[in-house]
Amino acid sequence: MIPTAPPRLPFATLPGGNLDLAGGFQAVLQGWGLSPGLAHALWLPLPMVLVLVAAVVGVLASVWMERKVSAAVQQRIGPEYAGPLGILQPLADGLKLLVKEDVIPARADSLLFTLGPVLVLVPVILSWLIVPFGQNLLISNVGVGIFLWIALSSIQPIGLLMSGYSSNNKYALLGGLRAAAQSISYEVPLALAVLAVVMLSNSLSTVEIVQQQNSAGLLSWNIWRQPVGFLVFWICVIAECERAPFDLPEAEEELVAGYQTEYTGMKFALFYLGSYINLVLSGLLVAVLYLGGWGFPLPVEWLATVLHQPLSSPLVQVVTASVGIVTTVLKAFLLVFFAILLRWTTPRVRIDQLLDFGWKFLLPIALVNLLLTAALKLVFPTIFGG
Amino acid sequence: MSLALSTQLICFLLLSGALLLGALGVVLLPNVVYSAFLLGGVLLSMAGLYLLLNASFVAAAQVLVYVGAVNVLILFAIMLVNKRQPMRPMRVLLLRRLLSVAVCLGLLALLVQVALTTPWALPGPPSIGEAALTRIGEHFFTDYLLPFEVASVLLLMAMIGAIVLARRDVLARDVVTGEPADQALLERQRPPFLPSQGGSSPSAPSPR
Repeated sequence: MIPTAPPRLPFATLPGGNLDLAGGFQAVLQGWGLSPGLAHALWLPLPMVLVLVAAVVGVLASVWMERKVSAAVQQRIGPEYAGPLGILQPLADGLKLLVKEDVIPARADSLLFTLGPVLVLVPVILSWLIVPFGQNLLISNVGVGIFLWIALSSIQPIGLLMSGYSSNNKYALLGGLRAAAQSISYEVPLALAVLAVVMLSNSLSTVEIVQQQNSAGLLSWNIWRQPVGFLVFWICVIAECERAPFDLPEAEEELVAGYQTEYTGMKFALFYLGSYINLVLSGLLVAVLYLGGWGFPLPVEWLATVLHQPLSSPLVQVVTASVGIVTTVLKAFLLVFFAILLRWTTPRVRIDQLLDFGWKFLLPIALVNLLLTAALKLVFPTIFGG
Repeated sequence: MSLALSTQLICFLLLSGALLLGALGVVLLPNVVYSAFLLGGVLLSMAGLYLLLNASFVAAAQVLVYVGAVNVLILFAIMLVNKRQPMRPMRVLLLRRLLSVAVCLGLLALLVQVALTTPWALPGPPSIGEAALTRIGEHFFTDYLLPFEVASVLLLMAMIGAIVLARRDVLARDVVTGEPADQALLERQRPPFLPSQGGSSPSAPSPR
């Protein structure tokens, strides 16, 4: 735990040893006779497309996992005919939604009805901008990092309200209002939990938040310094994803399917996609904020030193980068697995319990956690990043 | 023109176009729900303009506060209001409209005058980018401490006022008209569904 000097990291502070994918790609293109500007323009969309593909593949994986885990919880077999172990089932689901007729109810407001799902999905995808899979493996290391995610996720309620209102259906409207109320109530403790982490790492940037956790491997992860913050953040994230036990906006017994009631086909698929992308994103962000991000439980640089490998050699660089990506994804999917298990084993809370829990329990706890973190930071600046 | 510059120009034109059209829509559309959604769009394009000026924290704060909180609140208010009586047709509507147009045009003329007569420093001071966050924090806790704290007191007052107004059992009469307050939506204690046998059993939760 080194508070002031930047800790030595797998591929952070090596002399001239950063994995420069952008530079290499552009050099290859320029070798083919393209101008530097054109090479740069061709490079720009690549990371975005890559992250988009990663997000969609993550959705397919988590949908399959949801089906299999729910089946296991309920002592069923689950999907088994579409591909080995049913791994093609999510693709079949997607294909079904793609070719389904797109119905817009006759009395609905067709413009807002179409715009609603888009407004729900776009901020979630934009938030992947700040998810780091490695020291330089993210689209953009913006300085406001994690704050950008909080801001973007606050746009979502507008899309939910829009689709709830435009469906011209009382269940949809109620579901939209509930979703927005829930999202706003749980955003406050969420932001306070994030603030405590930001205080520890003196930065809003996701890369720096991960860096300050990786000085001693497993032991320096934020979860040990922020156990309460971790729980608050996890609960809030589950509530923001509208998953059981907080899935009131789409409570089947009361509201049919909430704001999604009137949607079919691709528009419904956008909601579906949005909720699962959000789930995977939440898993990634919990990993980044509390579980050391791309850091392996044993620091990779120690392993390299034990194996007498120079940290700047290309092989070690590639291996550490791959280990970083695999570690991030594994941590995220472990959390997604817990979220799925929670969904299929806990009963739904009532709306008053939900709001009481958010405002009267989580908010004071998060505030106390924040104050405690500030006090500890003043008293033990070496451990709490003074 | 380089790629970055042309992208910046295109973004600026798109954002300002969206901002102006959206603002006109907020004022001119008869449907209040459309106006509220368009207001969200206007605030988002404003955040985009801040981003173009390299003020990413201000942009994110704009999205969080104005789009995520204020605009959602406006939408909530519109969707939760249950209007009992239809709106009465206004008298002398044309005169009212003409008057408001005149006032707005006067304001516009004033603003244009100010914009044209102010000696702007061109080019302005260089943007400090990511360091802006630290600078804003320093200002908040030194020379802008009093306005900052007063603003939070104002918000607290507004919150207490909203709670008093929303809890209609606090005030039995309407503050403005003096009529008995509409308590149709008030949450009341319901009588228990089943008569309890021999006092209240601890297992049965008390009805709210």
